[in-house]
Amino acid sequence: MTIEPSSTTPKSSSVYTRFVGHQGVMVGAFIVLSIFVLALFAPILAPHDPYNQDLLARLIPPVWDSRGSWEHIFGTDHLGRDYLSRLIYGARISLLIGFGAAIISGLIGTIMGVMAGYFGGRVDMVVTFLITVRLSMPVVLVALAVVAIVGGSLQVVVMVLGLLLWDRFAVVMRTSTLQIRSMDYVAASQAVGCSTPRILMTEIMPNVVNNLIVIATLEMAHAIILEAALSFLGLGVQPPLPSWGLMVSEGKDMMLFEPWLITIPGVALFLLVLAINLMGDGVRDITAPENRN
Amino acid sequence: MLYYTLKRLGLAGLVALTVSFISFGLLYLSSDPAIAMAGETAADADIEAIRQLYGFDRPILVQYFDWLQRAASGDLGKSYYFRTDVSALIGERLPTTMTLGLCAITFAIVLSVPLGVAAAIRPNSFIDRVALFLSVMGQALPSFWFALMLIVFLSVSLRLLPVSGSDTWLHFVMPTIVLGYYAAPAIMRLTRTGMLEVLSTDYIRTARAKGLRPPVVLFKHALRNAIIPVVSLAAVQFGFMLGGSIVVETIFALHGAGFLAWESITRNDLPTVQGLILVFSLFYIVLTFIADLINAWLDPRIRIK
Amino acid sequence: MSENVLDVKNLSIEIPVAGGMLRAVDSISLHVEKGETLCIVGESGCGKSLTSLAIMDLLPKKAIRKVEEMTLGEMNILNFSEKQMSDVRGNKMGMIFQEPMSSLNPSFTVENQMLETLSRHRAIVGAEAKALVIQMLEKVGIIPAVKRLRQYPHQLSGGLRQRVMIAMTLLCEPQLIIADEPTTALDVTIQAQILKLMKNLQNDFDVGLIFITHDLGVVANIADRVAVMYAGQIVEEGSVFEIFDNPSHPYTRGLLSCIPVPGKIKRGEPLGSIPGMVPSLVGDFSGCRFSGRWSGDDEQKKNSNINLVAIDNEENAFKVQGSESHFVRFCCNECLEKSYNSKQRKAS
Repeated sequence: MTIEPSSTTPKSSSVYTRFVGHQGVMVGAFIVLSIFVLALFAPILAPHDPYNQDLLARLIPPVWDSRGSWEHIFGTDHLGRDYLSRLIYGARISLLIGFGAAIISGLIGTIMGVMAGYFGGRVDMVVTFLITVRLSMPVVLVALAVVAIVGGSLQVVVMVLGLLLWDRFAVVMRTSTLQIRSMDYVAASQAVGCSTPRILMTEIMPNVVNNLIVIATLEMAHAIILEAALSFLGLGVQPPLPSWGLMVSEGKDMMLFEPWLITIPGVALFLLVLAINLMGDGVRDITAPENRN
Repeated sequence: MLYYTLKRLGLAGLVALTVSFISFGLLYLSSDPAIAMAGETAADADIEAIRQLYGFDRPILVQYFDWLQRAASGDLGKSYYFRTDVSALIGERLPTTMTLGLCAITFAIVLSVPLGVAAAIRPNSFIDRVALFLSVMGQALPSFWFALMLIVFLSVSLRLLPVSGSDTWLHFVMPTIVLGYYAAPAIMRLTRTGMLEVLSTDYIRTARAKGLRPPVVLFKHALRNAIIPVVSLAAVQFGFMLGGSIVVETIFALHGAGFLAWESITRNDLPTVQGLILVFSLFYIVLTFIADLINAWLDPRIRIK
Repeated sequence: MSENVLDVKNLSIEIPVAGGMLRAVDSISLHVEKGETLCIVGESGCGKSLTSLAIMDLLPKKAIRKVEEMTLGEMNILNFSEKQMSDVRGNKMGMIFQEPMSSLNPSFTVENQMLETLSRHRAIVGAEAKALVIQMLEKVGIIPAVKRLRQYPHQLSGGLRQRVMIAMTLLCEPQLIIADEPTTALDVTIQAQILKLMKNLQNDFDVGLIFITHDLGVVANIADRVAVMYAGQIVEEGSVFEIFDNPSHPYTRGLLSCIPVPGKIKRGEPLGSIPGMVPSLVGDFSGCRFSGRWSGDDEQKKNSNINLVAIDNEENAFKVQGSESHFVRFCCNECLEKSYNSKQRKAS
């Protein structure tokens, strides 16, 4: 796999050709889209019912193992459930968590960040303070504790992650808004008497939306990894749901004898997160290479 | 500098206060702490007794200030499960986590700062691509899975390292790698961009126009300026690491504060969880405070106003 | 001509850009004599700063330098390695930059940044070095110098920083100093002080000075000789009097007409300007660099009192009759025809 460095992309070409010419974005988009299609059509594409236990067909290795068969391409888990089907249904959970958490945290963070950047003064002080407070709380620990107290479920995990991961949105939106706010065209809109909500919607938002997309993709990846970690620790999505983190957790007791039990869901997780990150990095390279770090 | 320090200290105190309130409030997320303490099956009379004993029937703010007062003097309450002082419990476990955190952040810095500098000196070169590749890979690798794969390869297949425990330094090797690699990509990228930015400044051109040798230009004039934001980031990452140690310590059965957190969360041991959140947060606050002071010291523009 | 501290023949600089090679500097030749100030004048983007960086061998990595001959004093520095050049830089030749605000490292004291030059080239350290630094700071008018030694750049004003830069450049008593718009970023009053200082120091140290500017007022003040650059070429070259009294290239005349002279311009009268734009120099540029930039005057009133003598082996290059040091070059025949009629031109 190669990653196209940003500086080789000619600046003069159109955004469209730069997207197509950017290998990272294309590879990332292809993988994400594939997983998205898998998740969307899971009932059609999955060869078996992901919840159907068959205690006689437990721990069948994948097809590339000499003991494997085409009946279960990725083998079966300790309860005899088809691993490929669970993997495909698991994509739904990861994507749902990713989108859900990114939307909630994006809403919170954007509102806070844009307010702080646009109004400055006291508002900015309060928001900056809240960001500092949020950053000083250990995410994994707080998320685990809340899930443990409230009880683990898909909805709870989405809510908890959404309520915890807004910090980067707020930080980036605040700086972007600050930059745009000092532009002459914003002053011009104020001078002709545009209302504040109108300026926010027509002048500020369109100009920070690129950054918003970048952060949203990166936070999506972040949320997916965190969900997997929570589920792995047994305090996220609860069985029998086929969360990839949970699959790794269920397979880890037998990983020394059947390493594919953790390899397969782990690789899936790695690929999805990698692909989303590649897209995010690529969008940033294309739209604002100066923000790269 | 003194004014700056005091201002920064005031902010840190305020943040700490807010964090303490939030971690205290966490207790009230569950419907009734008395039930949580006594267990779902406890008799009503027992629950009422506990409520009276621990003062759960008082207004929440009164309880908070009471708790805060005791927390300030080092009393974080008694663990529901271990039946001992939470502060003692955490104090006993913290050294392991600190050792792990220090090892991990050192590992991350030693790995990523030279790589970032090398990548910045020759952008788009082979080493730059390797650095970028590693950082993209590193950011996508779930640490719990990475830890398991390390166990499979290094401990089981190659028999190089012990699987779990915290008896010898060998037990710390894999946890250090797992925890450290997570922070490395961000530090590497920031070093790289920082160096790239600094290398294109006028004062670097001046340094070259003075005929200074490339190592002096690079390490004295450039790195000194590029490293300033990296210090902040490393402090932040160190703070995150302590919070993230929960996953790593659980997998490697390293008996530190992270492992304690997992134990107490799965056992509904709320005072211990509260105490841990508070301690980890305070740690982060202290770290960023120190990092800001180091920054100010490194950057004369902040130090001398 | 052995008095020349710098001799450059046929320097070209090309920069790869989207769409081809940008020929930013096109075979220019220049020399500086000992104790002489050569002003390179021209508008932004004409290649004057690149020329100075090319002499220092500090061009950006992607820029390609081609040069036939380059000597500094007795040294042929044309094929010097990076290591050899770094021995020369800051030692035999120094450079002062435009932005005093950002040209000094914010993390180190004045003392630190000055001492490192001395220890690098003269191997002088300790008290002796410090004494030299203080002496030099006092020479550039920083009095008392001791107080400034321990300060950081952000604690100094722009004028003071530029004085520090000058002192730093003079520390090793170089043969040549290149100053790239050193006064542009300063207030007018400070500008005058710095100019006067540089003039005095140049006399004291008998150093060759290349002074790059776009400000003709500064040129009149400081120059011995002037080279006028336009679109990557030197279009006219001569003593400061020759250039101001007898501008022979339409571009020079255009530049001079842009200077508002108090008393001469009347209220309501527009200030002078050169119409049009500099052409893009990307790719194989062969057309006229000056097309579209003629003011009505040039075509009607040809330079009736100036006669040109052609120079051998150089197309469209002439010596102004009656002077040994005044040259003018045209990019094409068209420019030449528009400015001078055939009666004014002679073969050598």
